[in-house]
Order: sequence, then C-alpha cells, then structure tokens
Amino acid sequence: MLRFLTRRTLGAAVILVIIAAVTFFLFFAVPADPARLACGKVCPPETLAQARHNLGLDQPLFVQFVTWLAGIFAGRDYEGLGHCPAPCLGFSFVNHAPVFDTIVDRMPVTISLTIGSSVIFLLFGVGAGIIAALNQGRPLDKIASVASLIGASVQIYFVGTLAMYFLVYQWNVIERPRYVPFTDNPLQWAYGLLLPWVVLAIIFTANYTRMARSTMVEQLSEDYVRTARAKGMSSRTVILRFALRGTLTPIATIFGVDVASLIGGAIITETTFSLQGIGRLSIQAVLNSDLPMLMATVLLAAAAIVVFNVIVDALYAVIDPRVRLS
Amino acid sequence: MALPSPATTEGSDPVAAAQAATAGTGEPALVGRSPAQLMWRRFRRDRTGVISAVIVLFFVLVALAAPLISAVYGKDPYTTYGLDDPGLLNAYGFPILPNGGISSEFWFGIEPGLGRDVFTQLVYGIRTSLLIALAATAVTTVIGIVVGIVAGYTGGRTDYFIGRAIDVLLSFPSTLFIIAFMPVLENLLVKPDEETPVWLRAAALITFLTVFGWAGLARLLRGNVLSLREREFVEAARVTGASPARIIFKELLPNLWTPILIQSTLLLPALVTSEAALSFLGVGMIEPVPDWGRMFLRGTEVYQSDITYLMFPGVALLVFVVAFNLLGDSVRDAFDPRIRR
Repeated sequence: MLRFLTRRTLGAAVILVIIAAVTFFLFFAVPADPARLACGKVCPPETLAQARHNLGLDQPLFVQFVTWLAGIFAGRDYEGLGHCPAPCLGFSFVNHAPVFDTIVDRMPVTISLTIGSSVIFLLFGVGAGIIAALNQGRPLDKIASVASLIGASVQIYFVGTLAMYFLVYQWNVIERPRYVPFTDNPLQWAYGLLLPWVVLAIIFTANYTRMARSTMVEQLSEDYVRTARAKGMSSRTVILRFALRGTLTPIATIFGVDVASLIGGAIITETTFSLQGIGRLSIQAVLNSDLPMLMATVLLAAAAIVVFNVIVDALYAVIDPRVRLS
Repeated sequence: MALPSPATTEGSDPVAAAQAATAGTGEPALVGRSPAQLMWRRFRRDRTGVISAVIVLFFVLVALAAPLISAVYGKDPYTTYGLDDPGLLNAYGFPILPNGGISSEFWFGIEPGLGRDVFTQLVYGIRTSLLIALAATAVTTVIGIVVGIVAGYTGGRTDYFIGRAIDVLLSFPSTLFIIAFMPVLENLLVKPDEETPVWLRAAALITFLTVFGWAGLARLLRGNVLSLREREFVEAARVTGASPARIIFKELLPNLWTPILIQSTLLLPALVTSEAALSFLGVGMIEPVPDWGRMFLRGTEVYQSDITYLMFPGVALLVFVVAFNLLGDSVRDAFDPRIRR
C-alpha cells in the first residue's frame, strides 16, 4: 500500500508539473503585456519597466516558470510588492492581493457546494439505483430509469435558471442562493445553498442511479450472493453486506471524478447562481487577464482531479479485497 | 493466406448497418444473417430506439432544410424585426405581447433587445450546434482509433508514452482551459483591429473539443486491442506472415467497430452540450451566427423579465439529448444484447 501510494503520488506530481508548464508557457507567451495590466491605466514608461522588473517579467520565460514553481514551496520576494510566504502563487495583477489568500478565501464556498450536493446525489442516486434493481421491470424501476434519463440530459444553466425564476422570483418559495459560513450559522449555511445543491444533484444523480442499478443487477446473480441467500441470511443482510459492497467500486470511480470536478470549480453552477467560489474566480481571472490567478485556479482544478484519482484507486483495495495494488 | 478472423467469417459491416439504422432506412434482408442484419433486426423491434431515431432524424432534417423553412416562414434569423418595427418591443427592449411576443407572425416570439425572430434562430441554431459537434465527433473518433490501435498494437515504450499523455490530458481542467485559452488564441491569430472570423472560432471550438475528447476513446480502444492481440486469430494471422497493416485493418478493426460506434453515439450529444456550455460561458459562436448556446447566454441574462426566450433552446436541447441518449442505448443493446442495463 505504501509503495503504491508513493509511486502514484510521484506520478501525480509529474502530471501537475506538466500541466502547470503547458498552461504557463501558453499564457505567458502571449503578446499581451502582463506588466501593463499590473501597472494600471495611466502608466509612465519608467513605472512600466519597474513593474516588469518587480514581477520578474524581464527574465527568460523558463527562469520565470522555475521561479514561479519554486515560490510554491519556498515563497519568494517581489521587489516593491514585498515578501510572499510559501505556498506563494504570486500576486494578483488586478488587486495586488496574494493569490493564495484569495483562493483560501473563496475555497469554502466551493467546498460547501461540493459537500452538500455530493451527499444528496450519492444517497439518492445509489438508493434509487438499488431500489430499481430490486424491483426490476416493475413501475418503480421504470420511473427511476425515466427520471435518470431526463436528469442526465438536462443542463444546469437551464434547470438552474428555471428554478431561480419559479422558486425564487415567481413563487418566493426560497430566497436567492447565498453563502453564509458554516461556522457563523449552520442552518443559514444549508438554507442559502439548498437550491444549488438540489439542482447540481438533479444533474449528477442520474449517473449514479444507472450505475448502481446495473451493477446491483449483476451482483444479485453472483455466486457469493446466492450462497449467502442459500445459507438462510435475510435479504437485508445479503443486500447490505454483500451485494452493496460489490456495487461500490464503480460508484467510487465516478464519485471521485465528480467530486474532483466540483472542487476544481463548478464554473457553470457558480455562474448560474452567482456564488463567489473558485469557479467564478477562475472566470473573473480570464476576463481580467489575471494570469497568476488563472494559473492558480488551473493548478487547483488539475490537482483535485489527480489527487482524487489516487484516492479512488487506493479505495478500490479497501472496498474490494480482490483488487491488488500493483 | 491468413486464417479468417471471427469478424471476417461472418462477413459483416456493422457500420453500414448502423448507418442504415440511424438513418432509419432498412435494406431488404439478404440470404443468411450477418451480425449487421441481426443488429438491424434487433434494433427494429426496439420501439424506443426507433422513436428516438425518428426524433434525431427530424432534428437533422430541420437543420438541413433550414433555408427552406426560413423561406416558407418568410423570416430570417438575422433581421432585427423588433428594432425595425416600433410596435414589437417596449421601451426596455422586451416584447410587448405576452409570452415573449408569441404571435401568428412570430411563432416562437422575438428576442429581447435586438428583436430577432426566435423560430428561425432556433432552426438555424441546430445547424451550428450539430455541425460543430459532428465535426468534432468525427475528428475525435479518428484520432482515438488511430492512437488507441497504435498504443495497443505496438506496446512497449510507445504505449507507455501514449498512456502518460492520455493521463495528462484527462487531468486537464478542460472547460477552464478552453475558456482561458480562446482569447489567447485569437490574440495570436487575429490582428487587434480585426473582428474574429466565424470560421476561425468554429475551427477553434472543434479543435479544443477534439484535443480534450480523444483521450478517453483511445484509452478504451487500447484496452480492447490489448486483449484482441492475444487472441488465436491474430496470432494465426501473424504466424502466416500477414503484414501489420493487414492485421490492423482486417483482423483488429472489424472487431472494434462495435465499441467505436457505441462511443461515438454517446459522444455526439455530449459534444452538443459542451458546445452549448462553452457558448453559455461566452467563448462559443460569435454574433450574428445563430447558436443554441448563445441563446442560453442571452436567455439567462433576461430570464427575470422574459423566461420564454430561454424555454425554446432549453426544451429543444433537452429533447435532442434525451432522444440521442436513448438512441445510443438502443444501438448498444442491438449490438450487444448481453449487456443488461
């Protein structure tokens, strides 16, 4: 297990460096002058040269990349802007705030969005899938399959906007979604994010229902399930202790992918509900050509995907003893 | 002479059958039953599959006949009727008639602000979305097939490096990257004082969707090739001195058409929605080309005052994607009845 984790972590680190390098060179190689953006609207030539020097933009591109990368681990000093302690992702070109602090500031919104919706779609998705599998061909199964088909085909910017229009503005059932820190008021936190959670869950649940249903159907015909039944175990024990465990492997795979993509910034969801999380932050970084901020959000999103891949692979061994990590 | 492979003995061309199936036109049954015919027979009995095929076909026909429909209807998606005729929009730019200005004149209402006709925008919008998605699906599939077969067949170091490249690509936050890189690309290719040409934006969209799309298919096909490579018929072909080209095209490829076809039927609706999502985020098709994604963008800007404008592309896209997903499931069932969903 330890060897597996070491190897996979190293592999993940290499992937992240490659992604950072590709992003860095593509964006910094652009004719648009980052120093001019950092300098502001009225910018005399000597100030511009100074800004360029302070940001290290007068160095060769490769040196810039290495300095940027080293800054994440060791921190770095910007002339005129001061020291940036590790993990240093640079200063925003737009408001000169340290990028890392901004990320830390926005992260709770995205994490709250992820936690709430993933709890809903995991419970409902897997639950509906199992119920459908146990009622194969009956009305419940048909309802679940139609619902999951539609759920898998709707778009968040469509359902989300419809939900906003009807529930918030027309019928006043719920207030506009907003973020209240969990530590301030857990109830307000849940209430403020309920609508985005449910809408996100509608989109994601479908996948889990289909996956859970099809693997559960397979599991129920497995030899060990039949043996357990033959031994006279109650169907509840058989389903919960044997069959359910077998369905968890494929579920863990898609769950890892989905959570990673949400943590990396639910761009469309946060745009639809105007929540100020990582997704909004990345879009704003693009609109403002705020390269350090953009680099940070790209790196964060990639890191989420890579880290969750490793976690899911390690989980396989825990869920299914037949899996060998080699 | 190489020994016949399972697929060649059965003398099949599943793709032709699938095309026939998706097009909804069956050829008269020949003597003997090839896998293609079996597939077609199974498909024809699947009522859901046939209905969804008809719906998909309807969308394709509407896209093809867009100029004709527009001519009969008497309007086009570019003219700003609302601005030209002061009786249509109020002082805030919203349709005066209820429900987004739906009338016998404008069947689906008029666009808030510019006052263009929604019906023709929707009809022409299918063209944009389908064309981009089709092109991206085609290129993605070809690259996926080539890379997957090369990686699986050659193995060794080539396979290792292709595998790592796929790992990197699948870890890329693709949506964010496309949104961020689109302005960069245009900065490089278009002079600051010029407008971005439409073909360039379309080509960029197709390229980006392809770059981030082929890796999944390639990985899947590589796995299939790895297991096929060890089968007796491939070994037999190799022993009898068949060239690699013959092994790839005559022995491996015929056995790969099923996963390829299933994957590309699932890929197309996914790419239609990706394209719409990118347009919604502001990096899709540019004005004035009619596009569903941009209708979403405009629709979400004005939904508090005029929800109707959002409903049409929303429902149209939903129906299209549901039909296409159902069709994909039916194609898979017809090809491989063992898979139980």
